[in-house]
Amino acid sequence: MPLWEVFIRSRNGLAHKHVGSVHAADAAMALQAARDVYTRRGEGLSLWVVPSSAITASDPAEKDMMFEPTASKIYRHPTFYKVPDDVGNM
Amino acid sequence: MAPLFDYTLRLADSALILGHRLSEWLGHAPLLEEDLALGNIALDLIGEARALYAYAGTVEGQGRDEDALAYKRDAGQFRNLLLVEQPNGDFAVTITRQLLYSAFAHPFWRALAQSRDATLAAIAAKAEKESAYHLRHAGEWLIRLGDGTAESHGSAQRALDALWPYAGELFETDAVEAALIAEGIAVDPAALRPDWERTVQAILAEATLAAPAGTWMQSGGRSGRHSEHLGHLLASMQFLQRAYPGASW
Repeated sequence: MPLWEVFIRSRNGLAHKHVGSVHAADAAMALQAARDVYTRRGEGLSLWVVPSSAITASDPAEKDMMFEPTASKIYRHPTFYKVPDDVGNM
Repeated sequence: MAPLFDYTLRLADSALILGHRLSEWLGHAPLLEEDLALGNIALDLIGEARALYAYAGTVEGQGRDEDALAYKRDAGQFRNLLLVEQPNGDFAVTITRQLLYSAFAHPFWRALAQSRDATLAAIAAKAEKESAYHLRHAGEWLIRLGDGTAESHGSAQRALDALWPYAGELFETDAVEAALIAEGIAVDPAALRPDWERTVQAILAEATLAAPAGTWMQSGGRSGRHSEHLGHLLASMQFLQRAYPGASW
C-alpha cells in the first residue's frame, strides 16, 4: 500500500509542517487516515497529504558538499554585524 | 417524564453498544491507521452515550448516573437497535454496519438539533459533526471494498445481505416516540428514510453492490427483544462493575 507524507497547518498564518506518514490506497483515504492518526488532539486546521514517492530528497552521502560550505559564512547571520549605539533597539 | 427518559435511553444505548463494538477492534484492525480510526469513532459514540445517559438519569430523577445505566442493566432492559449489537465479523461487516447506522445517524442528529428539548438539541448538535465524519469514513471504505477485488467485493456483498434486514428498525416508531414527536421533542425517523435511501443507494451504486430485494425486516430492540449477541457483549462490557461494584481508578 502506498505511503503518504502528512503535513498539518496548526493555525492560520503558519506554514504546513511535516508530522509523519500514513499508508493508504489513494489520496482520499490518505487524507482520512491522516485525520485519524495525526489530528486527535486538536493539532490542526488544515491537512495535506503528498505521495512519498513524489518527494525528491538530498543524498545524505553528499551532505559535506551540500551543507558544509555554509558553516564558515558567519557574515550571513545578522549577529555578525555590530549595531551602532545610536540606532537603539531594532 | 417517562417517555423522555425512554427516548433518551434508546439513543444512549445504541450509541454505547455500537461504540463498544468498535472498541473491540482496538489492536486487531487490519491497519494501524484503521485501528486509530475505529477507536476515534468508538470514542465519539461513547461520548454521545455518556451525555445521553447523564441526561436520562437527570430526567428519571432516581439517582441513577451514567455508570448505573450502562453497567447495571441486563440485556432485556437495553433499548438499542438490533443493528448495532451485531458482531463485528470481518472488516467489511463492521464497515457495512457503520454505514447503515451513520447514514441514518447523520440526518437524525441534524434534525434532533432542532428539538424543543434544549439538552437533546445540544447533544445532537455535537453528535451531528461526529456522525458526518463517521458516514464519510464508512462510505469511502465501502466503495473501495465493493469496487475493489473479487474477494473484497464478495465480503462486502455478504455483509450487506446479512445486515440489511436490521435496517428497517431505524425507521420504526412506537407510542413512546409518537407523543414526543408531536411535542417537537423527538424526531420522526420515518421522515428521514428518503434521505437515508439516497445516501445508501448512491454509495452502493459506486461500490457496485446491490441491496437485497427482500423487504422483511427484523425488529425488537426498542422493546428489549435482542439477539443472543447482546448478552455476550454485556458480559464483557459490564464484568468489572458486576464483579467489583463501584470500582474506580
